[in-house]
Amino acid sequence: MSAVPVDFYLALSAVLFAIGAYGVLSRRNAVGVLMGIELMLNAANINFLAFWRNIAPKAMEGQVFVLVVITVAAAEAAVGLAIILSIYRRFGTINVDDVDLMKG
Amino acid sequence: MAQHIWLIPALPLAACLLIGAFCLRDRQKWAPAFLILALAGSLALSVTALHAKPWLGGLGSGTDEWSAAPSPEWRLTWLSIELAVPRLAIEVGTLLDPLSAVMLVVVSLVALLIQIFSIGYMHGDSGYGRYFAYMGLFSFSMLGLVASNNLLLTYIFWELVGICSYLLIGFWYRKPEAAQAAKKAFVVTRFGDVGFLLGVLALSKSAGTFNFIELHTIIAQHALIPFFFGQSVFVTVVALLIFSGAVGKSAQFPLHVWLPDAMEGPTPVSALIHAATMVAAGVYLVARTYFIFKAAPAALVTVACIGGFTAFMAATMATAQNDIKRVLAYSTISQLGYMMLGLGAGSALAGIFHLTTHAFFKALLFLCAGSVIHAVHSNDLYHMGGLGRAMKITAATTAVGGLALAGIWPFSGFFSKDAILASVMGSQSLAAGIGEPGRLALFGLALLTVLLTGYYTTRMWLLAFTGAPRENPLCDLEHKPHESPAVMTVPLIILAGFALCAGWFGGPVRWFFGGGHGAESLLVTALATGCALLGIIAGWVRFRPVVAPRTAPAWAGLGRFFADKWYIDAAYQWFATHVILGASLLFAWVDRHVVNGFVDGVAWFTGRVGVAIRRTETGQLQFYALIIFAAAVIAGVVLAAFAAGGP
Repeated sequence: MSAVPVDFYLALSAVLFAIGAYGVLSRRNAVGVLMGIELMLNAANINFLAFWRNIAPKAMEGQVFVLVVITVAAAEAAVGLAIILSIYRRFGTINVDDVDLMKG
Repeated sequence: MAQHIWLIPALPLAACLLIGAFCLRDRQKWAPAFLILALAGSLALSVTALHAKPWLGGLGSGTDEWSAAPSPEWRLTWLSIELAVPRLAIEVGTLLDPLSAVMLVVVSLVALLIQIFSIGYMHGDSGYGRYFAYMGLFSFSMLGLVASNNLLLTYIFWELVGICSYLLIGFWYRKPEAAQAAKKAFVVTRFGDVGFLLGVLALSKSAGTFNFIELHTIIAQHALIPFFFGQSVFVTVVALLIFSGAVGKSAQFPLHVWLPDAMEGPTPVSALIHAATMVAAGVYLVARTYFIFKAAPAALVTVACIGGFTAFMAATMATAQNDIKRVLAYSTISQLGYMMLGLGAGSALAGIFHLTTHAFFKALLFLCAGSVIHAVHSNDLYHMGGLGRAMKITAATTAVGGLALAGIWPFSGFFSKDAILASVMGSQSLAAGIGEPGRLALFGLALLTVLLTGYYTTRMWLLAFTGAPRENPLCDLEHKPHESPAVMTVPLIILAGFALCAGWFGGPVRWFFGGGHGAESLLVTALATGCALLGIIAGWVRFRPVVAPRTAPAWAGLGRFFADKWYIDAAYQWFATHVILGASLLFAWVDRHVVNGFVDGVAWFTGRVGVAIRRTETGQLQFYALIIFAAAVIAGVVLAAFAAGGP
């Protein structure tokens, strides 16, 4: 089985990250923003695994990091959704453009 | 003996502390006992010191000469300032020489007699204990000032007597005039004291010592290291600065205005502090630092001119006062001016001799005034009259004091005044400094002062003791004036004895001080006595019982000018209310608009900048995120560029 070159993984990860960043910066819906963040985190995960596989397959750190990131992402999603919920209760909307209480 | 001099000031201090601890509220009647015992001890020690003559080894050619053997000093190092260049040691010590020995005896003797008098005078006052505590503190400070062996210690005691003066002038502090007079005395003398402090610091900085004997050696050898100007100018400046302290304390023109107001204090206080001792401290200071003045002829001439002018000016004011204590106060200023004149003419001996005799006869006159006030409850001469019949002892002692003040043979004032006039007449330094006409003018001024002194003394005595009693609204008719109790008259009699005899010791005093001039010309004596007699006759003609006015006359012309104190007080008042207040308003404006405006401006600017920057705070989460991303991208690009281009 011929291995897929590392460049392919990196390209996929870069595209995924860009889509995530675009979602974070442009989505009006707060849930969409949250989803963008998840995409970015997963792009980072792919990078980790790609480098682990191709550069240091003996070491454990790559996989461990990915597991940590997945855990953190789960926690982040929970906290993020809770925040969105309370935003909705407070403002009656989850459109992030309308939530500008910190405006100077 | 020199080792035990410190006990002389220490005893009254102990008395002060004991009175403060035990006699302030209860047991007030025991307060004078402590102080009188302490002062008797001080007097005994002072007389022993004078009698021991420890300086006899080598006091040779003048008042400003100290001999090294046997050492007249006792000293302890209090603080040593190692970092100062040159190294400076602050010492506590005493110096026993003719000057301090004579002064110690005079101060402790007069203080003792005045305390005895005070037992009667202050009887029944609610502040009886406090009074004697203050007096103890004052005696301590004054004796310490006299005994001190260095300038810094002298300065400390100098301020201490100042604060005692303040406390005692304001002794009846519920009286607004007394409180104001105390404040005035304190503030006015401060003007002089600042100069004195500057002089002390400048001198010690350049000489590296405060000690009188060492300073004397250094100045005699021209070894001073002046830090501005040259040696001679520097010494002159220092001498004038020290003299400014003396001007304030001894109430010389232009800082004389506080002394007449100081008469608001109890009369024994006026006698002790504002006649015999503290105001003479200025004269003592000049005599003590005479070696500096000797090295600065210009300063010495200034001393003479200010002294001569003050003597004349105050004498004219004394002729137009109706308050018996104010007459004496102006007379004191005048006589202090006389002493300064003597010092300035180059004869410390004459100045100190007059200080000594003046201490006795002026303390006597003040105590007599106190006795009179005790009897009639008024200070006003035009409330008195005919008191001589009821108060024979007081009248007689006042006459003795008055004759001594006027300078009539054989009373003490005659000799000391003569010494001063003769020293002015024969003064080389004055002739060199302001020329022959200037010296003659000063001499003429002094003679005029003698005339005026005779006049106002006679006026005071005649108005108070002769003629028919005048109307006195402050004293009911049933209350007949009566002689004071023995506790008051005995000190009067003793002081009268000294006022009579103190001048006879001119010879011995001269011998103590070693030398001095020997040639009082007969002419000077004749002129002085003639002027004094002329003044007395003029006073008699004007105020003899038959023609003396019954009520206070309205002053007009020159009399008005004298009664209004040459308008000097008014000028100061005008200066304070117009110039100083105007300047204060200007400064207040500057403070409000310039200083405060700057602070306000800083706050305003910060606020405007805040308003401008605040627009960037949109509150939009995604905007912030965009900034973060953009920053991360820029940072990444820059880092990559560096990584590519770097080594």
